[in-house]
Amino acid sequence: MSVGMETQTQPYRLGEYHSFSAAGSEFLYLVPSGSIFAVEGIAKLVIELLGSGEMPREALVAKLLELGCSREEVENTIQELTEVDALQCDLQKKEPLAVPVQEFPLQRIVLNTTNQCNLACTYCYEYSEDKIAQSAGKEKFMSREIAEASVEMLIKESAHRPNLHVTFFGGETLLNFTVMRSTVEYAKRRGEEEGKRVEFSLTTNGTLLTEEIVDFLSEHRIGVTVSMDGDKELNDRQRVFHDGKGSYDVLVPKVKQLLKRHRTNSIGARVTLTAGVSDVRRIYRHLTQDVGFQAVGFAPATASPQRLYHIGGQKMDSILDQFAELAAEYRDYALQNRQHGFTNASDTLKELHTGISKAYACGAGLGMLGVGTEGNVGLCHRFVDSPIGKMGSIKEGGINKTARREFLNTHHIGARYDCHTCWARPVCAGGCYHEAYINQGNTSAANLHHCDWIRGWNDVCLKVYGEIAIRNPEFLNRFAEN
Amino acid sequence: MASLRAINRKAKQVAEIAKAERGDLWALQNGPSPNAPGKVYHPMGCTLNFTPGWEVDISGGTAGLCQPVERDLFDCYLGCGWPGHVPDHLTNAPNWTDKCASAVNDWRNVDIVFP
Repeated sequence: MSVGMETQTQPYRLGEYHSFSAAGSEFLYLVPSGSIFAVEGIAKLVIELLGSGEMPREALVAKLLELGCSREEVENTIQELTEVDALQCDLQKKEPLAVPVQEFPLQRIVLNTTNQCNLACTYCYEYSEDKIAQSAGKEKFMSREIAEASVEMLIKESAHRPNLHVTFFGGETLLNFTVMRSTVEYAKRRGEEEGKRVEFSLTTNGTLLTEEIVDFLSEHRIGVTVSMDGDKELNDRQRVFHDGKGSYDVLVPKVKQLLKRHRTNSIGARVTLTAGVSDVRRIYRHLTQDVGFQAVGFAPATASPQRLYHIGGQKMDSILDQFAELAAEYRDYALQNRQHGFTNASDTLKELHTGISKAYACGAGLGMLGVGTEGNVGLCHRFVDSPIGKMGSIKEGGINKTARREFLNTHHIGARYDCHTCWARPVCAGGCYHEAYINQGNTSAANLHHCDWIRGWNDVCLKVYGEIAIRNPEFLNRFAEN
Repeated sequence: MASLRAINRKAKQVAEIAKAERGDLWALQNGPSPNAPGKVYHPMGCTLNFTPGWEVDISGGTAGLCQPVERDLFDCYLGCGWPGHVPDHLTNAPNWTDKCASAVNDWRNVDIVFP
């Protein structure tokens, strides 16, 4: 490789990366591409030499020759590192493409089939003091017509996509099981007519499940997420009926029946962590071993700092430690080709394996939209019936394309300036818009209160990923796209 | 790659692109070169695989076919039976190849012409 004079004197520096080691190997997680490379040979020396700052190319080469490397090795390594952007110089610096998406086919709608709930969980983002949805005065239940018109919108706006998804949400979704059932049948029929496959999922608190409903879910292969916070003591701290009575005793027999009778799709538990409910290990053990869930995911309640149930920094640190322990357990399972049910780990590992580099923190407003009981379209189920993130109405021509474009322009990672120096942005991209609105005052702000936590968690997952990649690479095939 | 080993799927894609960029273009007829492992064997030129001329020549071999790019270029618009594939240099795009004194060396300088 011939190198011109200009290049010789150009300062070389390391690109954006996060380094980690696992199973005795060194790795680079490159940003913003999201690629993971194992570092071998003299690349390690290059990284070490440039670790303290930039250096002209000729000085770098001279140092490496001094250390006993051959010129050919040195040139090849510099070329390789430059090609993947691990090494940069001004002459070769490529400007990243940051073009906000303008048109995007819809893939998923979330139907808030009701804004009513038979529980009164303190932290609920739909009813708590931090709520943004304004459901007062709105229809309590989604009508069949609105639900079917929403399905039509999904089909029309999905363009060429062959696989579509309808998620049923609430309130407590099963309070409006009638419309859920008719909508599943309608969407299946319309999907067949249009040559599209439509899949379904349900989020429920589980207290209204019956044998008939479970059989319906099983028959239509509907994925189910049950909101549940652990054993009786922990679950009943927040998840209570309107009279204050805990929901655990009502819920558990129904969930066990669901797990027993519904075998055609995944059934997972979704745990909301709060100040009093943060014993991740205990909750995980209970939900998997005592209740029988195959998959359990955790997320902290979205709450402003003054709420009693808000989780502060110290608690979050403890949660990260517990996440790391469960992730290590996940790794040990993976090394034995066994599946572990900690979905926070499997979700992140899948994203790391793909090498995702997100332009948007999530699919809200992009491939996914929420629809409220009266047909108001929102960014996602959390923004339905809120003046913020309003994306049109089923009754008024469907998606408001101008609002959607405006949203996509202002929420692109390119506009989340705080993220531009963070190595975790390929996976995080600034985080949930609702969380940002509650804690930062603006949907387009990055969730700065979670940055250290997110970087910590990504580091944990990268190490687990590296270890699996070295010691049982076959396991990673499970993360292949379906 | 000698000093980097692609681990995840994105890394494999990045490495593949790097390899392709380093290899530049290489005529298929030249065959794989042990000295240029990164070269990409890519059918270039106007003859796509659904147009005649690519598959075999009159002798049943490939030696007499249009060589990609380096030789195709001028043969195409002077003598080829598929003139629609190259700009019309007589009336509409007379300066098309002004920056290309020698097709073998300067083919990258040929302008893209939009009808």
